[in-house]
Amino acid sequence: METLYAITVGTLTACSVFLILRGRSFPIVIGITMLSYAVNLFLFSTGRLVINEIPIVGASENTTDPLPQALVLTAIVIGFAMTAYSIILAVRVRGEIGSDEVNDYNYAEQEGQR
Amino acid sequence: MKLAAIVFLPFIGAILPLLLASRPRLHSTVSAAAITALSLVILMVAATGTFAGATPTYFLEWLPSLGLHIAFRLDGLALLFAGLILIIGLLVIVYAHYYLSSKDSAPRFFSCLLLFMGSMLGIVTADNLILMWFFWELTSISSFLLIGYWFHQSNARRGARMALAITGGGGLALLAGILLIGSIAGSYQLDVVLASGELIRNHDLYVPALILVLLGAFTKSAQFPFQFWLPHAMAAPTPVSAYLHSATMVKAGIFLMARLLPVLGGTPEWTTIVTLTGLATLLFGAYFALLKTDLKGLLAFSTISHLGLITMLLGLGSVGAVVAAMFHIINHAAFKAGLFMIAGIIDHETGSRDMRKLSGLRKALPFTMVLAVITSAAMAGIPLFNGFLSKEMFFAEAYDQQLFGGLSWFIPVLATLGAMLSVAYSVRFVHDVFFQEEATDLPKKPHEPPLMMRAPVIIFAFICIAVGLAPMFFTAELLTLAVSAVSQVTPQLDIAIWHGFNMPLLMSALALLGGIAIYIGRSELLTFSRQFDARDAKDIFARIVSATTRFCDEFTQYVENGSLQRYVAFLLVFTLILVVPELVSIMQLEGSRPQLPIDAISLIGAILLMLAALSTAMLHRQRLTSLMMLSVVGLIVSLSFVHFSAPDLAMTQLVVEVVSIILMILALFFMPQRIPRASSGRRVARDVLLAGSIGGIVGTLNYAILTRPFDSISNFFLANSVPGGGGTNVVNVILVDFRGFDTLGEIAVLAIAAAGIHKLLNNLRPFMPSSDVDGRPWHRVKHPLMVQTVAQALLPLALMVSAYIFLRGHNLPGGGFIAGLVTAAAMILQYIANGVDWVKHRFDYNYQTLTSVGVMIALFTGVGSWLFDHNFLTSSFTYVTWPLVGKFELATAILFDLGVYLTVIGATLMILANFGQMTTRHRPRQEGY
Repeated sequence: METLYAITVGTLTACSVFLILRGRSFPIVIGITMLSYAVNLFLFSTGRLVINEIPIVGASENTTDPLPQALVLTAIVIGFAMTAYSIILAVRVRGEIGSDEVNDYNYAEQEGQR
Repeated sequence: MKLAAIVFLPFIGAILPLLLASRPRLHSTVSAAAITALSLVILMVAATGTFAGATPTYFLEWLPSLGLHIAFRLDGLALLFAGLILIIGLLVIVYAHYYLSSKDSAPRFFSCLLLFMGSMLGIVTADNLILMWFFWELTSISSFLLIGYWFHQSNARRGARMALAITGGGGLALLAGILLIGSIAGSYQLDVVLASGELIRNHDLYVPALILVLLGAFTKSAQFPFQFWLPHAMAAPTPVSAYLHSATMVKAGIFLMARLLPVLGGTPEWTTIVTLTGLATLLFGAYFALLKTDLKGLLAFSTISHLGLITMLLGLGSVGAVVAAMFHIINHAAFKAGLFMIAGIIDHETGSRDMRKLSGLRKALPFTMVLAVITSAAMAGIPLFNGFLSKEMFFAEAYDQQLFGGLSWFIPVLATLGAMLSVAYSVRFVHDVFFQEEATDLPKKPHEPPLMMRAPVIIFAFICIAVGLAPMFFTAELLTLAVSAVSQVTPQLDIAIWHGFNMPLLMSALALLGGIAIYIGRSELLTFSRQFDARDAKDIFARIVSATTRFCDEFTQYVENGSLQRYVAFLLVFTLILVVPELVSIMQLEGSRPQLPIDAISLIGAILLMLAALSTAMLHRQRLTSLMMLSVVGLIVSLSFVHFSAPDLAMTQLVVEVVSIILMILALFFMPQRIPRASSGRRVARDVLLAGSIGGIVGTLNYAILTRPFDSISNFFLANSVPGGGGTNVVNVILVDFRGFDTLGEIAVLAIAAAGIHKLLNNLRPFMPSSDVDGRPWHRVKHPLMVQTVAQALLPLALMVSAYIFLRGHNLPGGGFIAGLVTAAAMILQYIANGVDWVKHRFDYNYQTLTSVGVMIALFTGVGSWLFDHNFLTSSFTYVTWPLVGKFELATAILFDLGVYLTVIGATLMILANFGQMTTRHRPRQEGY
């Protein structure tokens, strides 16, 4: 199970990094969002994988580690704030300069890098 | 305290002339002079201790972890230099008052001069090497301001830049040298360093340290081959030249060598490098001084030459040589400051400094001529003037050394040659300018300058004669102190005009005769030197500077070419470089923790998750599809939280997922509809490689963590959750109680992000297409009836659920974050179903206020515990029994959670409602239907 989990997190990271390396703002925002999922899964797993338990005192014999969960819970909310901010920033840039390309205007590397 | 006052008074006083800028110039002059005089008086008072045989010190701990302290000492060497700096400074201030024209800003001049003076005093009195270096760099900066004082002239600007580049660069080398010395000696305090000379000289790093320190000293003191900045610094006003090039700036390098002579000196490396550099500089400077046609140029090269002489003496390093060096420092300061001032007077009175134009000024400026003759005679080393004495001692030392075995004779010979040249240019200075026929084509008709402008020169001329006649009387005490500080022994001074017929006297006579002969034959010399194309150091310097700039430009262009993609790629590659070696170095990837078996649900979930992620990446050009795939990813992530025992996370993730996808669909509306071009194959290959490596690294790390046993600090939270926080849901108790302060920060961030978005949307004129990419207009029915009905029915239900989740949060999965998100989602559904206007009509509430109220509640809940004498955010709880509900826990943490709840609702709605409004407010007109 641990192997599967690690592979999944790695795949998620790889896909989001690929998206972040694109030249348009929308895929980048999607990439950032997905990267935050990957990071949350990673951080969450520092409490190790436990099945069929619950971090509630008295509900089960050996409770899972509640600390990573508390950290990830706020991370999810903050991640939402960041996603929202970056997407609105992208919309604003599109409104200001009429393009959603993230590279500089003068950047003239003519190899269809979008 | 006195010592610190001496150094810091000029710094503090530098502001006085500026404050008096609107008053007549006399006020600034007097304020600057008064500060200098005050500093001088304090120095005199402190010097009584030095003369009594002690070394006054001042110590204030500054940054002990760096070994840096504000520490000053006033030994003989420091006293000699500090006295020169202050006395000459005072005279220069008086002189400058008359020299500066009415167009020049005197306050700025005096202010910079005082800054410079303070920095110099700092160098010479510092008792800590790093502190000394600090002042050293300050002199570079303040001399930059002084040399570039006439910043409207391009040569002043260029000269200032060059001086700064050379001396500042040397300063960096010096810093490296000092750090080496400090690490060898174990301290930067001067007494420790001076005491560990033996240790340093025998250390492996001695030679690098020596070379670095000497680089600093040679650049500052304009030693060959770094001499070229000094003539260009002559673009400064003459009082500045008189100050910088007689007693201060260029003497800082000499001071440094004298200061560190007991530590670094006496070795073959020191003797060879320093002596030969000094000798080369002596000859080079003297030769070019003879060729210069500019008065100040002549003096500049003569300064270089005399600095070479002193450097050579310090290189020889014997007690007698140190005596001669210290004595010549005094003498040179006196006659050179006077000569620069005379050059300034001539320039001021005639409007020219060109010796080809100037001649026969003896009638117009008889008094100045007398002063010029006296100071030039001192410079040439003619008997009865002070320069003669130190030059005799120099000859004696040059004659006595046996440093180069069978070839040692060349040093006295070359020294005599240098002295001949020195006589020749001194004669030239006087004879060309004041004698011969009277000049007729001068820009101004010369008159004697005001007495006060001459007064400083008179004082210098007096010193030249007085020291020349009675050297022991005037200087013996100070010299003894200075030399004993450098050589660590008390010297037996015997300075006299007449020592009988000996070798030095013969050398002096030869120099005098030879010098006059060279002067008479100077036209031959000029013709000879004209064969060599004049290669100006300025051009070489400019070429080096422009080449460096070009290289830096190209490098920056390459790295920072405006492509954000490239920057991100660089960052990621750098991350790989940092992480890969660490991963390679762990012994074994797999840890000892027993692993869970794979069950079917997990396997299917993982495969779906990976497929969805890959599709998101691969279909990124079809944005809506990609977004839908992303939502699949988010959903499966929340399912995996369920599976791996994290119900709170699953709920949060689920609602956040819904809200962010809605937000992104909204944003998609404003984004270009055209499908962007595909990336080139090369770039895709690069990105896939990079992304794959990062993913692989992250997965590996995660696997390594997952398979290792661990010892969590969570046992504390588990044990104290019920007795300390009054709740059984440990995640929630951590959020609102144990780590409540973090949560407070987090909701603050959320609120700030929402406020930022609110501001970003302000005055935004987004692109809004009136149809889809194929030209089909949007549907007429904005709010379908089915959705409207269901949404309205859902709202009370959702509110009830969120209230339930909120209340039970302390004990069962739930809490403020989740409840807030559920409420926000229900509200967003109303916006989607019914439109902004509809909601506004029924629920007209300002979300900014809601957000701030939420943060405030959370904050004041924390502050409230102060009232009960507890720490910030201490919670307390009790149990009450409600009818129907039964036993219920009442905790202050629930108030805090209420703050979280309101903030989350406010911030989320602030973002989405504001953004959604954009689509309705200026909805493009629909045509067609």
